[in-house]
Amino acid sequence: MKRVRTCLVVDDSRVMRKVAIRIVEQLEFEGIEAGDGLEALTYCRAAMPDAILLDWSMPVMDGIEFLRRLRAEPDGARPVVVFCSAESRPERIRLAIDHGAAEYIMKPFDGDIIASKFEAVGLI
Amino acid sequence: MTPADLDFVAALVRAHAGVVIRADKAFFIETRLGPVARREKVPGVPALLEKLRQTPDPVLTRQVVEATLMQETSFFRDRAVFERIGKVLLPELAARRPDGRLRVLCAGCATGQEAYSIAMLATDLAAPAAVEIVAVDFGQFPLEKARTGLYTHFEVQRGLPIRRLLAHFDKIDENWRIRADLRQMVQWVELNLLDDLTGLGSFDLVLCRNVLGSLTPEAQTRVLASLEAACRPDAVLVVGAQEAPTLSAAFRPAGSPGLWQRSQAVAQASASASAPVPARTQA
Repeated sequence: MKRVRTCLVVDDSRVMRKVAIRIVEQLEFEGIEAGDGLEALTYCRAAMPDAILLDWSMPVMDGIEFLRRLRAEPDGARPVVVFCSAESRPERIRLAIDHGAAEYIMKPFDGDIIASKFEAVGLI
Repeated sequence: MTPADLDFVAALVRAHAGVVIRADKAFFIETRLGPVARREKVPGVPALLEKLRQTPDPVLTRQVVEATLMQETSFFRDRAVFERIGKVLLPELAARRPDGRLRVLCAGCATGQEAYSIAMLATDLAAPAAVEIVAVDFGQFPLEKARTGLYTHFEVQRGLPIRRLLAHFDKIDENWRIRADLRQMVQWVELNLLDDLTGLGSFDLVLCRNVLGSLTPEAQTRVLASLEAACRPDAVLVVGAQEAPTLSAAFRPAGSPGLWQRSQAVAQASASASAPVPARTQA
């Protein structure tokens, strides 16, 4: 049987998580949520997801700090990380890419955009 | 919009652009004609069509046809096709030209995403500036947008990799504008594909994707003949991945659905027997 792939949705907005989870589930991922970077890191230490949809600005630990720590974890290079943030300044987007994000989604987004980005990085 | 309204629009589009409108498109057409009705300051699409029935004004007719035909497009639409073009076909074609000069035709370019996608691929070549792209469309409004190179937040997130966005676009308020060096690679031409295309010259790469399928058989034959005539002896012709046009025997599958390459040897051999062969399916 084919293993169901997991996508961790990290965002401090519950509404945003709900929207994103519904979209990744339509793309046949099992959706899991975390409300900030630290919570996400705890999840990753227990079970590394296949994909991570990552907000930038969050309380406790932001997206960039999470990504830095994730990549230092054993097996932490494996998840495909797609940023999903309202931050749209080119130099900030470049910073996220330099930290090892495979793609970047600027909010607001829709299902087509997530599908298009997931396709571009080979997740679907 | 009544069935009679739909028939009226369908007849206009067929007469002016050779395009067949399917009956199930009524809702979609009404949505597209809404902005034209507002511009004309008439209360809705039925009133717009009534006005056109009373006075068949050529400018308004054109606007109605243009709005109805507006193509949905996105950057790098059908990724596999662009991967093949960028990694294999463009470098191969460029290598065969002593000066690296390549001419590309985008037939039915709509709001320009296809032409700019090719321009972005060309930046990976040794001599990007040697690539000249001619982009043709019937629509005045889409061409105006294409020429400015300004795209919305949503448009730049469909099919366009983030690295390409950073490399080739500038953020202007909430929109993104493709940079001048890429804009300068494209020449925009307002032209009906049913018209004579010989003035455009000949090309190494000809793209006409998801256009042929909507044409009447007569229009399709005519457009295909023009496109074939625009192809240089070893040119690549790109149609929609799902389209199976009836091409002359000189065209052979070129490695990805919708891609065809003209073979010089076959072109010479079949010069005397030029009857078109049925479209072949690809392996």
